[in-house]
Amino acid sequence: MERFRNYLANEKNHKILIPIIAVILGFLLGNIVMLITGENPIELYKALIQAVFGVKVDNIGTGKTVFVVRKVGEYFVYVMPIVLTGLSVAFAFRTGLFNIGAEGQLLMGAFATTWLGITLDLPAIILIPIVVLGGALAGGAWGFIPGYLKAKFNVHEVVVTIMLNYTALHLTNFLMKEIPGSDSVKTAKLNENALLSSEMLRNLTSNSRFHFGFIIVIIALVIFWYIINKTTFGYELKAVGYNPNAAEYAGMKVKRNAALSMAISGAFAGLAGVVLVAGTFGYGRVLSAAEGYGFDGIAVALIGGNTAIGSLLSGLLLGSLNAAQPIMQGQGVPKAITIIISASIIVFVAMQKGISSSLKKLKGAK
Amino acid sequence: MEYVIEMLNITKEFPGIKANDNVTLRVKKGEIHALLGENGAGKSTLMSVLFGLYQPEEGIIKVRGKEVAITNPNIANEHGIGMVHQHFKLVENFTVTENIILGMEPKKSFGRIDIAKASKKVKEISERYGLSVDPNSKIEDITVGMQQRVEILKMLYRDAEILIFDEPTAVLTPQEIHELMKIMKELVSEGKSIVLITHKLKEIKEVSDKCTVLRKGRYIGTVDVKDTTEEQMAEMMVGREVSFQVDKEEANPTDVVLSIKNLNVINNRKLQAVKNLSIDVKRGEIMCVAGIDGNGQSEFIEAITGLRKIESGSIMLNGKEISGMTIRNRTLEGIGHIPEDRHKHGLVLDFTLEENMALQTYYKEPLSKNGLINFEERNKVSERLIEEFDVRSGQGSETKARSMSGGNQQKVIIAREMDLSPEVLIAAQPTRGLDVGAIEYIHKRLVEERDSGKAVLLISLEMEEVLNVADKIAVLYEGEIVGMVDADKTDENELGLMMAGSKRGEVS
Ligand SMILES: Nc1ncnc2c1ncn2[C@@H]1O[C@H](COP(=O)(O)OP(=O)(O)OP(=O)(O)O)[C@@H](O)[C@H]1O
Ligand SMILES: [Mg+2]
Repeated sequence: MERFRNYLANEKNHKILIPIIAVILGFLLGNIVMLITGENPIELYKALIQAVFGVKVDNIGTGKTVFVVRKVGEYFVYVMPIVLTGLSVAFAFRTGLFNIGAEGQLLMGAFATTWLGITLDLPAIILIPIVVLGGALAGGAWGFIPGYLKAKFNVHEVVVTIMLNYTALHLTNFLMKEIPGSDSVKTAKLNENALLSSEMLRNLTSNSRFHFGFIIVIIALVIFWYIINKTTFGYELKAVGYNPNAAEYAGMKVKRNAALSMAISGAFAGLAGVVLVAGTFGYGRVLSAAEGYGFDGIAVALIGGNTAIGSLLSGLLLGSLNAAQPIMQGQGVPKAITIIISASIIVFVAMQKGISSSLKKLKGAK
Repeated sequence: MEYVIEMLNITKEFPGIKANDNVTLRVKKGEIHALLGENGAGKSTLMSVLFGLYQPEEGIIKVRGKEVAITNPNIANEHGIGMVHQHFKLVENFTVTENIILGMEPKKSFGRIDIAKASKKVKEISERYGLSVDPNSKIEDITVGMQQRVEILKMLYRDAEILIFDEPTAVLTPQEIHELMKIMKELVSEGKSIVLITHKLKEIKEVSDKCTVLRKGRYIGTVDVKDTTEEQMAEMMVGREVSFQVDKEEANPTDVVLSIKNLNVINNRKLQAVKNLSIDVKRGEIMCVAGIDGNGQSEFIEAITGLRKIESGSIMLNGKEISGMTIRNRTLEGIGHIPEDRHKHGLVLDFTLEENMALQTYYKEPLSKNGLINFEERNKVSERLIEEFDVRSGQGSETKARSMSGGNQQKVIIAREMDLSPEVLIAAQPTRGLDVGAIEYIHKRLVEERDSGKAVLLISLEMEEVLNVADKIAVLYEGEIVGMVDADKTDENELGLMMAGSKRGEVS
């Protein structure tokens, strides 16, 4: 007991503990809201289990189908892009920059993927790398703009990225429609060789849209972790993020690093666009409004403590809440509950200073 | 006589270290009680416990004889305890007044803040104690010395009765220190009580009544200051005899390594901070730029190191013009820099000790190769420097710089810069906040650098250090060098006069 208390009180463990505590508190709050509004909190957990593991708890022992795997596939389909936008936000944040523009960078990546995937006719082994890199580059270029403006003219990146989100939405809508074969809501199908979807994965998940994009996500996670933790570049980015004055004193190119960081951040978001177009849909879409992947990315990064592994875990968590929504609605539970939970988790994470100091008081408390 | 403060058997642990181990401190009303100890001995920690920033694992605190639980600084304030921290806690882009009233703003109707009234009160207190602080200037525009005074004002504004000063004199000029001592004496004569942390034994002798000594977290003893010599106090804290004299041979200056001609630099307020300054620094000598804080020292250093653009003039290192170079290239050419403000420039506080040790060399072999960090080598360097410079912390290389004691943070910077063994080491207040033992060591190392044929450009506000360590002294007054003297041919008086600008000495 004493050991456990000291573990909780040790500041070194707080990086891991605080998100976990925030998640527990978020769920508790969600459950309380459910109880007050006369819902059964068990429904929430049943829905989550079904969404993530495909197990219909109610059907166990009734002879009806217990294992429905399609939902699991769809769960991952949603998780993939938000992990990527999460990495995007987290990467910029490590350099002390706030990238609100993952949405726009995603859209640019999506457009580049669509355009390349439709116009080029090459074998898959060549075309897929081209499509993936093209999407990353387009997102990266879009991210570089606010980075450059920040470095050159000290314009705040938040303002620029927000504006660029709208610009990207309208620009890509216009461009998508210009691609031969497009109608007013979507483009033609991408070349078969450009697609990340696969018959095998589809069959495995009883016809979900699950696709090979997960490999891109894994590679992106590794790249993020590698740059931040193993390279001198990552060391510089962190130094700039923590203390730009000291970074300058040590001869680091603070401005250039900021611009580069935004470009790399944009590339991660661009990959989310790749995954959506070449994986989930297989065609480009003309959108009436942003879909919110960029904002989900902010939540993912925040809960994940701006690390690679954290972004993956929080992406899986937020994804599960999202995937549980339709199932809960099917049981007559309002989907707003999951939104309350994810929002309150974010609020609790934001209260980390307070949680941390309460934890510290546990030590030696008599 | 009764004690206003009694801290009995206080124990406070941090990961890997007992910062306070069964420490007792008793302060009487109306006394100045000095707290002495090596870097990392636990002085700041003990005072943070008293101020409610940390909760001790063991021990009790009594204020005016009554046991109290001080769980946060607001409660400390209620008990009339105020603290000036070792590292100021000011909002950079707020004005002096805004900083002082933060948390207890005087209100007008509709909850508007009555800045004018606050400003007036700040001005009054400032005048009463001769602090001459302009209530309306922004913190980022005033010198470190002035910021210190703002912290003092902040405490006085809150009518504190028990005043904790954590190394208040580390950043002040001798004159300012003298004034502060006067203020402190005045405060105690008004019935306030003071706990004073300082590494300067002279100050303890000058103002305090009692002195409590800590060593490695443990209580060593409390002595009557008037019956104890400086040497005895030093021995009590370090556990061995300390030499106050710097051992050095005569300098053997050879060729000029750093040559500055007609340098002009403008400060943040667009005023000319360095005026047409020319100076030559030779290999094998320690050149000291002395002067009262705010006479252009900071801008001068920043111009050489590249943190600030120059208006005109030339800076030659080994015959090469460096004034147009990037900071990195200047470092590579052989400029080393122990910065004046360790938290702003010297350290990345959220990095570990090891990461901070690598700040100037991380991009070179052996610390990295092809952009990949070599963690093993980095750790080796860090461990070696920790050993060499006796850097004390809870968790060694792994310790976050933020959690280290002020003096040990300073040692990290010094170790890192000295290890570069630069052609010219620019050392701005290198021993600020160090204990006498550490100062002895750093001074020895500076002399060693000199003797190995390197040049040292020392910027110091401290008369004793200037006279003890330097070979040559250039006195800076309002951005100009008003005199150049040999250290062994001058004294405190003459320097003081020159620093005040009253005597334009003979330029040798
Ligand atoms: N917040 C903290 N977390 C972890 N360790 C800490 C923390 N604060 C202090 N320490 C450790 O406790 C020890 C005592 O630190 P403290 O700051 O009290 O020393 P000090 O006597 O004030 O030294 P200095 O003269 O250098 O200011 C140091 O080893 C330091 O590393
Ligand atoms: Mg201290």
